Amino acid sequence: MSELVMAADGRPLKASLNRALRRQKLRALALIAPLLIFILVSFVMPIADMLFRSVENEIVGDTLPRTTQALKTWDPSADQAPGEEVFDALYTDMALAVEYKSHTRLGSRLNYEKTGIASMFRKSGRRVSKFKTDVYKDTFVAADAAYSDAGQWERWMSDAEIRANLPVTTDAYDGWAKMLVEAEGDVPGEEQPWNFVYAALYQDAVAGAELPIAVDVSAIEPVSISAQFAAVDDSWLDPDVWRTIKTYAPKYTNGYFLNSVDLMKGAEGIEQRPDNEKIYVVLFVRTMIMSLSIMGMCVLLGYPIAWLLANLKDRTANLLMILVLLPFWTSLLVRTSAWKVLLQQQGVINDLLVWIGLVADDNRLQLINNQTGTIIAMTHILLPFMILPLYSVMKTIPPSYLRAAKSLGATNWTAFWRVYFPQSVPGIGAGCILVFILAIGYYITPELVGGTKGVFISNRIAYHISSSLNWGLAAALGTILLVIVMALYWAYDKIVGIDNVKLGG
Amino acid sequence: MSGLPPYATTGQRAWYYSFRVICGLIFFFLIAPIMVIIPLSFNAQDFFTFTPEMLSFDPAGYSTKHYEDFFTNSDWQLALRNSLKIAPVATLLSVSLGTLAAIGLSQSHVPFRRAIMATLISPMIVPLIISATGMYFFYSNPYIPTPFGKIELPFTLTGTYIGVVLAHAALGIPFVIITVTATLVGFDKSLTRAAANMGAGPVTTFFRVQMPLILPGVVSGGLFAFITSFDEVVVVLFVGSAGQKTLPWQMFTGLREQISPTILAVATILIAVSIALLFVVELLRRRSERLRGLSPS
Repeated sequence: MSELVMAADGRPLKASLNRALRRQKLRALALIAPLLIFILVSFVMPIADMLFRSVENEIVGDTLPRTTQALKTWDPSADQAPGEEVFDALYTDMALAVEYKSHTRLGSRLNYEKTGIASMFRKSGRRVSKFKTDVYKDTFVAADAAYSDAGQWERWMSDAEIRANLPVTTDAYDGWAKMLVEAEGDVPGEEQPWNFVYAALYQDAVAGAELPIAVDVSAIEPVSISAQFAAVDDSWLDPDVWRTIKTYAPKYTNGYFLNSVDLMKGAEGIEQRPDNEKIYVVLFVRTMIMSLSIMGMCVLLGYPIAWLLANLKDRTANLLMILVLLPFWTSLLVRTSAWKVLLQQQGVINDLLVWIGLVADDNRLQLINNQTGTIIAMTHILLPFMILPLYSVMKTIPPSYLRAAKSLGATNWTAFWRVYFPQSVPGIGAGCILVFILAIGYYITPELVGGTKGVFISNRIAYHISSSLNWGLAAALGTILLVIVMALYWAYDKIVGIDNVKLGG
Repeated sequence: MSGLPPYATTGQRAWYYSFRVICGLIFFFLIAPIMVIIPLSFNAQDFFTFTPEMLSFDPAGYSTKHYEDFFTNSDWQLALRNSLKIAPVATLLSVSLGTLAAIGLSQSHVPFRRAIMATLISPMIVPLIISATGMYFFYSNPYIPTPFGKIELPFTLTGTYIGVVLAHAALGIPFVIITVTATLVGFDKSLTRAAANMGAGPVTTFFRVQMPLILPGVVSGGLFAFITSFDEVVVVLFVGSAGQKTLPWQMFTGLREQISPTILAVATILIAVSIALLFVVELLRRRSERLRGLSPS
């Protein structure tokens, strides 16, 4: 058995080396850590937040907690609106939501799924505080003045026994007290409870609960809350509305994703959207086709240039390279405005065509605000991203191969197609993926020169964020786009390797 | 391609010259749109095309009034100031963090190197609109995720200077990482060992030996980061508010709403800036190659 090799400090050499290696790894990680944390916080977390938002749907459950709870027992396939107990819960939820001003937000959220709900919520929110439920309060207060005493209420509601006796009242009172503190900045012990708390107390009393001070409630003529909601908007009796609320009650939903592929949740599972609402599949397909044509144009225009640059003398090639790098370095907005100016009907290109006589003055070409405009401008913008990787690959192909092929009897075309072209394919692949990835997510150029027909999915995402405020749908569309790009990125990494990404030649 | 052999047939000659013409046209396509902007920006009229006076080189057809507008209009000046306030700080942030990380990544034993690299490069790959969407959501209501739920932070970053700088720094980092790691590939590690051998501490070694040698890469990475921020419009549109309106943002709204020829003057100035940047980056690249040529690889 050989003796253990020792390091200078008397430890086994192996352990000593391992320790050195570990220290080296730690030092490397310590250098990387600040940036990694920075990127995680400033970039990765936002992306994760977006992914989360595409399925998150807490607004319904958060705004109408009692209603969604009460709806659990309602059968959505029945062709009638839910019973009075759901409306009682809705009364409390709505009265609270109005104070938090969250009912309009919920209304617009549900409006994405069923048109008309937004106005129902808005109207009901205005009227819910004027619902004629005074009879409950009046009866209780008339029976015993303690029922109008804010301090007494607070004492009752901190008594565990009373709380257990009056579940509905406790729930309504707690919600009311919380709202009072959070939304109004008041103290519950100094405010008389609102009508819906008395309505809840009545429900408890009818259910046979023992009241803190006995009151005879049998004389009260019950008020129909559902009738009051229906008086505001009779859609409240429409089972379709309730189906929508029930469908979107869970905390997570695939509704946004279904929406982004033109599907929706119907009464019997997933179904197609009506034809006039189908836009996203068309938009995704258009984005793909246009990105592919831009990519194709870039190969067509980039290949000869890369070939020329790779086969010229270094000095000339470097000079010509400036013509490629200058657009690469020029601001995107500058290039887009250049195309906006050039392609206008009264712009330079149309003027030139009219002057040559190719186009009549009264029949100028429509080059902008359509797909032509987007494709021309984006081909120009992305062309350097095709030329640079192609050039770096072609630079490595020895010109002697072509000469050898020719000396063996190949024609120019055969030599190129059978010998040169296959070796340049990695460059084409790298350039194509790069251009495609960049094209598919473009926003600025299609927005400015694309009009309505030449826009991409990104423009729709931006629209949902800044105009329609349907953030969940924007997040779902973004997630789909991100998945496509990530798949391409993965392919790019396999083919080229991220380490080999080069900038500026 | 370099030169036509004397025995070339007529067909070969024809192809040789027509290929050059095709390439010339493509180069024209690349450069002409940018070059057309420059004379148009001196238009005396508020038109976006050449007026007859301009075509006949009548001095009356030219003027610098659009430039005057740029330098006197308060909107444009505010945008310029904002751009100059945001881009350098974002650049500084991405260069300092990026250079350190690139040095860490170039060590021989880095665990999870590929995954880390992919994460650091991702801001360049993820479409801007998605980055902007995510940042808009998260910066407006930042939180710390824990297994027990979110801890919401009591501030918002959207519409603030810091928010825009953070976002732009994140976007610039991949460029710094790529250029600096590329420079470090050619860096001779025995130099740092030699410095350490002669008694220099890690900090001295870094600033006196390593930094001067990788400086070209760091500077060109910084220029890329700078131009990324200076040129960026999507993210600032979402994360920023009117108070952070940058030059590209002002151009974007100008192009979308009421297009004014001042944009052409701004564009011309930006073209001059990009020519200068291109020049500097080329110089740095050559210098870096020369330095690399000196050290054994």
